[in-house]
Amino acid sequence: MEITQQDVEKVAQLARLAVTSAEKDTFAKQLSQILTHVDKLNQCDTTGVEPTATVMGQVNVFREDVIRPSLPSGKALANAPECEAGGFVVPKILEER
Amino acid sequence: MSLHKLTLIDLQRKFAAGEVTATEIMRAYSLRISQVEPRVKAFVTQTREVACEQAEALDRKLKEWRKTMPLTGMPLAVKDNICTDGVPTTCSSRMLQNFVPPYDATVISKLRAQDYMLLGKTNLDEFAMGSSTENSAFGPSRNPWNLQCVPGGSSGGSAAAVAAEECVAALGSDTGGSIRQPAAFCGVVGLKPTYGRVSRYGLVAFASSLDQIGPITKNVSDAAFLLGAIAGHDPLDSTSIDRPVPDYLKALQKRDLKRLRVGVPVEFFAEGLDPEVDRAVRSAIEELSHLGAEVKEIRLPRTDAAVAVYYVVATAEASSNLARFDGVKFGFRAKETKDLLDLYIKTRQEGFGPEVKRRIMLGTYVLSAGYYDAYYGKAQAVRTLVCQDFEAAFKQVDVIVTPTTPTPAFKLGEKSEDPLQMYLSDVFTISVNLAGLPAISLPCGFSRAGVPIGLQLIGRAFEEETVLQAAHAYEQSAQWHQKKPTIR
Ligand SMILES: NC(=O)CC[C@H](N)C(=O)O
Repeated sequence: MEITQQDVEKVAQLARLAVTSAEKDTFAKQLSQILTHVDKLNQCDTTGVEPTATVMGQVNVFREDVIRPSLPSGKALANAPECEAGGFVVPKILEER
Repeated sequence: MSLHKLTLIDLQRKFAAGEVTATEIMRAYSLRISQVEPRVKAFVTQTREVACEQAEALDRKLKEWRKTMPLTGMPLAVKDNICTDGVPTTCSSRMLQNFVPPYDATVISKLRAQDYMLLGKTNLDEFAMGSSTENSAFGPSRNPWNLQCVPGGSSGGSAAAVAAEECVAALGSDTGGSIRQPAAFCGVVGLKPTYGRVSRYGLVAFASSLDQIGPITKNVSDAAFLLGAIAGHDPLDSTSIDRPVPDYLKALQKRDLKRLRVGVPVEFFAEGLDPEVDRAVRSAIEELSHLGAEVKEIRLPRTDAAVAVYYVVATAEASSNLARFDGVKFGFRAKETKDLLDLYIKTRQEGFGPEVKRRIMLGTYVLSAGYYDAYYGKAQAVRTLVCQDFEAAFKQVDVIVTPTTPTPAFKLGEKSEDPLQMYLSDVFTISVNLAGLPAISLPCGFSRAGVPIGLQLIGRAFEEETVLQAAHAYEQSAQWHQKKPTIR
């Protein structure tokens, strides 16, 4: 599979990454190479084969909804790049009208 | 004999018997680390000062009432993607450079409850993505057998620390070989347990359907011993399995391998296998048959496809897991951003290294509209075939034996410019993760250049005991584990 610089740009945008124009070029080449290798998968006949997402086959592990100790908010906020009044600070997302 | 030369079990016996104090152990390891660490660079963070204080406190406590548990006073190193309360956990990434977890991973709580000693957090490829530690944001670790060679990865720091005797044992994590491949490169023992055997609560997630935590040790008994301490069900990890934890050490008592059927998959001995590795592994197989095992040729036809499956599944899962690093709740945040989107993008651009970005992009691509079925869906279907290959093989044999890696440790810089070559070097370890099976790597010889060669034994799900027993019998007759590197 051939990955173009436009593909790289699009994927980077989906993944919330920025790429410099030099990176665009290298990533396009490298991802093409890797995906060409991945194309090998087409040699395996998978008609009627169920996909495997996880091997031990557990589904919906439930537990009782009981109260147990949790992190105090000070500790939970301790690693935040910026916090204020018990909350995380982020740039404004709503425009004033 | 200097304390750092003892195995975990021997050190534990001496300590339990009161022949050495925790303080003496810590002093010995402190000295050893200060001697070799400048060359090996196994650690990202050292905690030996705190550990020395803890050792003194422990000795005082034990003076009053001498009751020890298996890991009390034992000096361990932990891969830096396993959360340790109050001790930085960086994943060798700029993104988490200043991250100090507010809680312990379950494996750490278990060790802490026994009063173990944490010597430090070991280096890895950033977010465990890589096979050499060269992807660490803090620079590579070195192979103690040859400082020009990589220690393997991603748990390269842990393997190097054990090989250089900077700790008595270590924890690593294995998503596609990251315990076994560095163990092979560094001439030590590395065990990846069955998926679900060990809790992953507090392990920074890479690929959640593949990740497992496991021991890296000086010999097989130590691996059995340490696995026993960390294994078991954990309500905090819904993928951990509720099954009793056997006494793994007991499994080692049987020394012969009569009635054990050992399978040799032809696909692992094909083109690309280094002749020295081939020779060493074949003579190990002969040894297994001398010990009474019945050796059979088997087939695992999807071995080749496994690498392709892995680099779709693992990157897809990683792209989703790593979406949490957005500069808001913890970790790095870029400066001078104009709005929220800009903050996300700049933070991730500056916080992640090139390999991590490559993986996130690959994973995002294979999950994106229009490609999902062709890549992710297809890879999941081939994953089923990989599992079926193993199921068929395990109808005929009890253990599968292979080389751990196609070549011994390579030189620093040799593959770092070519991601695909680096990925392909994982061909022998990856299929085991896709199928969730337990597997061990242990030394089976050395190349002429003097670097170790690893033997891999793979077992059925939850049959760690069989794998350990076969590995132990081989180790005791071959004695490769007695050889130690001269670090220079
Ligand atoms: N964590 C791992 O097991 C890594 C495996 C493989 N080397 C990779 O780069 O993904």
